[in-house]
Amino acid sequence: MSESKEIEGNAPYQILSPDGTASLGRAEIGLKDTDLRKLLRLMCAARALDDECVRMHTDGELLVYPPLRGQEAAQVGSAFALARNDFVFPSFREMAVALVRGVDPVEYLQYHRGTWHGGPYDPIANRFAPICVPLANQIVHAVGYAIGMKMRRRSVVTVAYFGDGSASEGDFHEACNWAGVHRAPVVLLCQNNRWAISVPFKEQAAAPIWTRARGYGFSGVQVDGNDVLAVLQVTKEAAARARAGGGPTLIEALTYRMGPHLTNDEPSRYRSDDEVGRWQELDPIERFRTYLLTEGIVSEKTAAAMDSAAVAFAREIRLRVAQFPPAGPDEVFEWVFDGPTLDMLRQQHLASPRAAAAGPTEALGAEPPDG
Amino acid sequence: MVEPLTTAQALNRALRDEMRSSKRVVVLGEDVGRLGGIFRVTDGLQKRFGQRRVFDTPASEAGIAGVALGLALAGFRPVAEMQFAAYSYPAFEQITSHIARYRLRTMSRVSLPLVIRMPVGGGLRGKEHHAENPETYFVHTPGLKVVTPSGPMEAYDLLTQAIRDPDPVVFLEPQVLYGKSEVGTPGAGDIPMHQAKLVHDGTDLTIVSYGAMVRTCLEAAERLATQGILAQVLDLRSLAPLDTDSIRDCVRFTGRAVVVHEAPMTLGVSAEVSARIMTECFEQLRAPVLRVTAWDTPNPPPSLEDLWRPSVERIVGAARQTFSYARPPG
Repeated sequence: MSESKEIEGNAPYQILSPDGTASLGRAEIGLKDTDLRKLLRLMCAARALDDECVRMHTDGELLVYPPLRGQEAAQVGSAFALARNDFVFPSFREMAVALVRGVDPVEYLQYHRGTWHGGPYDPIANRFAPICVPLANQIVHAVGYAIGMKMRRRSVVTVAYFGDGSASEGDFHEACNWAGVHRAPVVLLCQNNRWAISVPFKEQAAAPIWTRARGYGFSGVQVDGNDVLAVLQVTKEAAARARAGGGPTLIEALTYRMGPHLTNDEPSRYRSDDEVGRWQELDPIERFRTYLLTEGIVSEKTAAAMDSAAVAFAREIRLRVAQFPPAGPDEVFEWVFDGPTLDMLRQQHLASPRAAAAGPTEALGAEPPDG
Repeated sequence: MVEPLTTAQALNRALRDEMRSSKRVVVLGEDVGRLGGIFRVTDGLQKRFGQRRVFDTPASEAGIAGVALGLALAGFRPVAEMQFAAYSYPAFEQITSHIARYRLRTMSRVSLPLVIRMPVGGGLRGKEHHAENPETYFVHTPGLKVVTPSGPMEAYDLLTQAIRDPDPVVFLEPQVLYGKSEVGTPGAGDIPMHQAKLVHDGTDLTIVSYGAMVRTCLEAAERLATQGILAQVLDLRSLAPLDTDSIRDCVRFTGRAVVVHEAPMTLGVSAEVSARIMTECFEQLRAPVLRVTAWDTPNPPPSLEDLWRPSVERIVGAARQTFSYARPPG
């Protein structure tokens, strides 16, 4: 593992070492057994569904999918730290965050199925913004939303998820600067998974991302992103600080994208099996399961039951994804504006199968000449 | 006695009145607070409504647009100012990739009732980056409404409607008009925002224009009248959507059209207007639609500005040219 070389100095915050031993006692960790089991259950569900999504791509049921394997702790741990009314602005690889937040995965996956742009879930009701593909744009939206919540004196924390590549974008800088100036109640959560498609982190930035927080006038922390307990704790602290008026926190969760960038990507062109193998040893789920087994919080039997429940859950989602009705052509016209413009009504008419069958005169959109 | 009102004052009054009627309206932008804006459009608003509702931003235009989006999601109706149109380019991604698409992306579950204001156009000897005409970029982006006033009363009317609109509106303010005044009673919504307005009646020719050029077209119409040509002048007001019905009705009546704007010619709004006239009025046209626009170069230095902005002479020349085609009346 190469973090210590890359990071120069302080090691990232960690509670669970890769072999599953904890540096803190149960009291300091401060989580009930039920919560600990729930964390494992969510991580298992996320992995099983993620694997299922990769197969769905292979089978042609998803157009393309960004696998999150390896990032379960970073996503589940951070999302688990939030209150019900907090608001998440995701990037495009946050399926596990969506799962924890209670977004219906069937609706979430319609984006990757190619049947709707944002996923048909209601972003406001789900406290989960639409998937955002252009890098770092959603960080600005999150900061704007957080400023709005602060203006309305609402006790809401906003979280923006993004990756190491996004931190190179101008919008990352603009968002951080605004967040600092407004002391916005926002958590900026970077999952540094080491690879922005094929570009390794050392070619992306010359210093760890968390160290930039100081320049914006707020707190920054680097955490072992494969340690669910550590991620949960630093996110909880960041959210509490935001809620108490203490402003933003930039969290850099060091993790690793075990799979391809997208299901059609070929990681063997840019990274070695050795590197992937080294990270395999640091698997976030194995580490946490070992800890829970050692502490007697789950039994072997319970852990195995969780795995099979996760697989059954993933299969059920797969069936429901395929059954979900796709958007019809009228919806594309209807939802551009609050009400359709005249142009849109004319074009909607022309796009209808009836008009297409009517022949060239009508299809051109020309009205017959007077007289 | 009704005092004359400049366009800047009319815009200021529209902002004031809308902020007074809805607490959800907030104003943000560079120098909009203490200074009251480079052109004083937001003058006195911060003093009146406080720093929470009228706030200066970092020099960060992608931030302004993206934060306005976030504020709209949080329940506000933001009115964001881009200090000059050229400074909206860093915000282009936020405007085109997100602001224009959020409603569709969310199956209409989320709307973004926000306005992005920006000064456009020449006439003030603005140096490079201070006299841009970016309308085509925004008009060509489905999901945005684009409007532009031709004087103080229109400015009040259109901005009021833009702020009340449930969808994002790009509001282009011809900066040469900021100081131009008009006597009248500003009223809101007499004509819906998407409708064009016939500002000069005639029988022989339709001049279609918008923004600051409407005044130049009116001068051209006066000059043409002395030469026996009675020209209509149609102020589009809304560039997206375009009021095709008004354009069609006018040109079917006169049979001749000249389209005028300050932006470069190629793929300018005039191209779209011309294409629609061709489709809608082919049988009535007595001449091809002619265009009077800036030339297809980057903005010239201020000293050459008058050679680029359409002049009364060029408009009159094009209008006269529409009478040189030998096509029998249809």
